[in-house]
Amino acid sequence: MISEQLLYSLAGIGLFGIGLRATLLHHMLLPRLLALNVCGAGVFLIFIAIAYGGIDVMADPVPHALVLTGIVVAVSATAMALALGRRLETLNDE
Amino acid sequence: MIELLWSIFDIMLVLLLLALAWTTCSTQDVKRAVTLFIAMGLLLAIVWARLKAPDLALAEAVIGAGISGALLLSAIKDYPVTPMVSHRSRLIEGIINSLTLALTILMSWAVWHGLNMSDGIRLSEQVFSQLPVSGVSNPVTAVLLNYRAYDTLLELAVVLTAVLTVLTLNEKRSDYQGSTSPLLQGMTRWLVPLLVVTSGYLLWVGAHAPGGAFQAGAMLAAAMILLQLAYPSRRAEFNNYLLKILLVIGIFTFVLVGLWMMSRNDDFLAFTPAWAGTLILIIETAATISIASALTLAYLGGRPGGWEGRGSEGKAREDTHRTSRSITENGGAG
Repeated sequence: MISEQLLYSLAGIGLFGIGLRATLLHHMLLPRLLALNVCGAGVFLIFIAIAYGGIDVMADPVPHALVLTGIVVAVSATAMALALGRRLETLNDE
Repeated sequence: MIELLWSIFDIMLVLLLLALAWTTCSTQDVKRAVTLFIAMGLLLAIVWARLKAPDLALAEAVIGAGISGALLLSAIKDYPVTPMVSHRSRLIEGIINSLTLALTILMSWAVWHGLNMSDGIRLSEQVFSQLPVSGVSNPVTAVLLNYRAYDTLLELAVVLTAVLTVLTLNEKRSDYQGSTSPLLQGMTRWLVPLLVVTSGYLLWVGAHAPGGAFQAGAMLAAAMILLQLAYPSRRAEFNNYLLKILLVIGIFTFVLVGLWMMSRNDDFLAFTPAWAGTLILIIETAATISIASALTLAYLGGRPGGWEGRGSEGKAREDTHRTSRSITENGGAG
């Protein structure tokens, strides 16, 4: 059980690292947003990996609820960032 | 033997996930990056299912891969098609790389340390021990709408705020060319009723099995987005007044129920156990509608035509448009 928790948490940390690096490296909005979302997915994965309790044990539902909230907030934040970016583009065009 | 197979499966899943994330973040082509990101979302849904989080698997497949994907794909053309080469100098790149690596190693150590610590008080035990009085038997729904109802109320507020920002900043995308291919329209006619029924099912089943307001709302939004894509000539026709009400009905109902419970039990959102199940279902239904309209508007990327108008002035403006015909009412199935 602990080996799966560890494997998936490390994968989560890997996703977080990949996303963070790309967020800092990119200049354009859309690739940055993608990278930030990858970063967030990493955080979610760490949460859920730690909540996992083995193949025949119910997993801890509290992190599940938190991550569910997180997924919805992430998509809202992405939509907002895209709208801000689009506004900036139109302002630059004028 | 079985355990070995599981281990192989786990390792393959993790490697695929990391590879997809890496290519998403390093590919030169924005369109390809978005497509890879959608694929990563679907893979994540499998990971959630593997880690015994079916609620999340549903949410990720609909929201993380579906709605985000539609949003990002439609945003691609807002940006000039330049290759996403990084223009950072070598020095800065080196600093970023080494800092990220250091942080990753530090986090790995922290997680390793945390996993090997002895268990303290587990929240999950408290969740399961209180489950019979929570009104629902799906522990995730119990956490979301009973124990931590505040979180969910504020989350709805976050979603509303984000959508209000989107509506304030932009008109809805006008350059969008929907496809009117008979194939897509034919498929949509079959899919949309199915999606609506599935959404209702997810909402209902959330009380005792994986599902709930967020998955149901996102599913409904997916149906709306599909309609927009397949019937572009009808997509302008929203009943804005109705849409404004639907957008806030979730929070309104939530607060109303909270205040009502406060008048009885002295605490905001402290449900009476006997009514908890019904109250949760009422809140979830309202939340589903609000989330669906919020995500649809977020996909449109701004105000639909005639949004600002209200009262007589708005009526007049709406009349100068065509007869207002609401997709929400007609279902657009035509």
